[in-house]
Amino acid sequence: MADTSDIKKGFKMLMDGVPYAVVDHQFVKPGKGQAFVRTRMKNMMTGAVIDRTFKSGEKLEKADTEERTMQYLYPEGENRVFMDTRSYEQLSLTDEQLGDNVHYLLDGTEVDVMLFDGRPIGVTPPTFVELLVTETEPGFKGDTSSNTTKPATLETGLQVNVPLFVNAGDRLKIDTRTGSYVERVKG
Amino acid sequence: MAGPADAAVLQVLKLRDALLAAIRRFFLERDFIEVETPAIVPSPGLDVHLSAFEVRGPKGEPVGWLATSPEYQMKRLLSAGAQRIFQLCRSYRAEEQGRHHEREFTMLEWYRADASSEEVIRDTEELVAFIADALDQPAPEVHPPWQRMSVDEALQFHVNLTLDSLMHDEDRFFRVWAEEVQPRLGNERPIVVTDWPASMASLAKIKPNGMADRFEAFYRGVELCNGFGELTDAAEQRRRFERDQAARMAADAPVYPIDERFVADLERGMPESGGNALGVDRLLMLLLGAPSIQAVMPFPLERL
Repeated sequence: MADTSDIKKGFKMLMDGVPYAVVDHQFVKPGKGQAFVRTRMKNMMTGAVIDRTFKSGEKLEKADTEERTMQYLYPEGENRVFMDTRSYEQLSLTDEQLGDNVHYLLDGTEVDVMLFDGRPIGVTPPTFVELLVTETEPGFKGDTSSNTTKPATLETGLQVNVPLFVNAGDRLKIDTRTGSYVERVKG
Repeated sequence: MAGPADAAVLQVLKLRDALLAAIRRFFLERDFIEVETPAIVPSPGLDVHLSAFEVRGPKGEPVGWLATSPEYQMKRLLSAGAQRIFQLCRSYRAEEQGRHHEREFTMLEWYRADASSEEVIRDTEELVAFIADALDQPAPEVHPPWQRMSVDEALQFHVNLTLDSLMHDEDRFFRVWAEEVQPRLGNERPIVVTDWPASMASLAKIKPNGMADRFEAFYRGVELCNGFGELTDAAEQRRRFERDQAARMAADAPVYPIDERFVADLERGMPESGGNALGVDRLLMLLLGAPSIQAVMPFPLERL
């Protein structure tokens, strides 16, 4: 059994049968009073973020979760199929479970699949992915300003704001934590 | 090779040096003397929600605890005839770690004999303004007078609840206070909150209105200090200590001994006094707008 002293960023606990991951936490103790841990956590099934305050020392149930590295294979209706790179075991997640991460999946992309009680509930894509621009207004040669941006659509359907010099057909490095443009890459 | 992390530490050292010098200047100008009391003490304090580090000797024999505050020994100096004393020392609290808590932190504690909590509140306001000026931190809002509210007024103002309605359930009181009230205290200028329930101040005297003669100051939602009009009645002090020990036993917390020499010195006679304990790291954090007390310490636990 865990307790509030185990709480740190990324700690996963079970509440009412649902796994939550700690996003942020703060120890608070009113003078002469009971100490608490104010905790912000993400529901790992729905992505919803909630705040919960625990009494310091309160017992917590650790969530039985496991992360496995898997390769994205192909879409299948409203599902996406992944394969364990070691056991070749396949499993699928729905687009709803994947949320925005659906935009970072290319054939062969390696992701960490989160399993809860043995069932997949979500994925963590690589921090950076490289995607091709399929559509954007033509760029101007010589415009090196990165302060002004324009919208672009990438091969996975992801919409990002990019500098004016970016053209369709360019390959871009994208930060999957923020969904934003990092730089243009060769290739 | 010195890197950017070293530059940050050096900056912290400089600021702390200026802060400690300013605190000493403030009190010496007011005829206080600086005192020192031991870190290892026979009783670390009996407040129910306080956890201390036990100290053992080389053969594993218990020798005492690290002081959670220098309060007992400083009050014994008042009984011995000291008039105005201050101390800058380390205090130690187990099971307290967070942005505003560190197991080892710097405490400023001072006492005035033949004085009330009012005079100590005035010291506090003037001290913080003095330090902000000394550190060249433009913080006009810390100049006196600070805002004042009783605990009951703060509850009514911020959560529309009376203290009476919460008193039957101390846990709920602390939860509401920690979550809903405290973050809203002192955001425009510091605030002094007075008139705490008698049960939440074992070392304070009781005011004619039945409330404890205890105050806390808050600045930007952070508790800065805790002060009392000190209890001087030895028999009453012993009763409260025994009550605290019983509460600790009921809560399954370690039951620390009563500091008998402290009680004996109260018996011998301690003048009516006001005292205050202020978190030096928190003050520096607040004046600089730093994100945590760890950011203003050279060796917080995470870098030790």
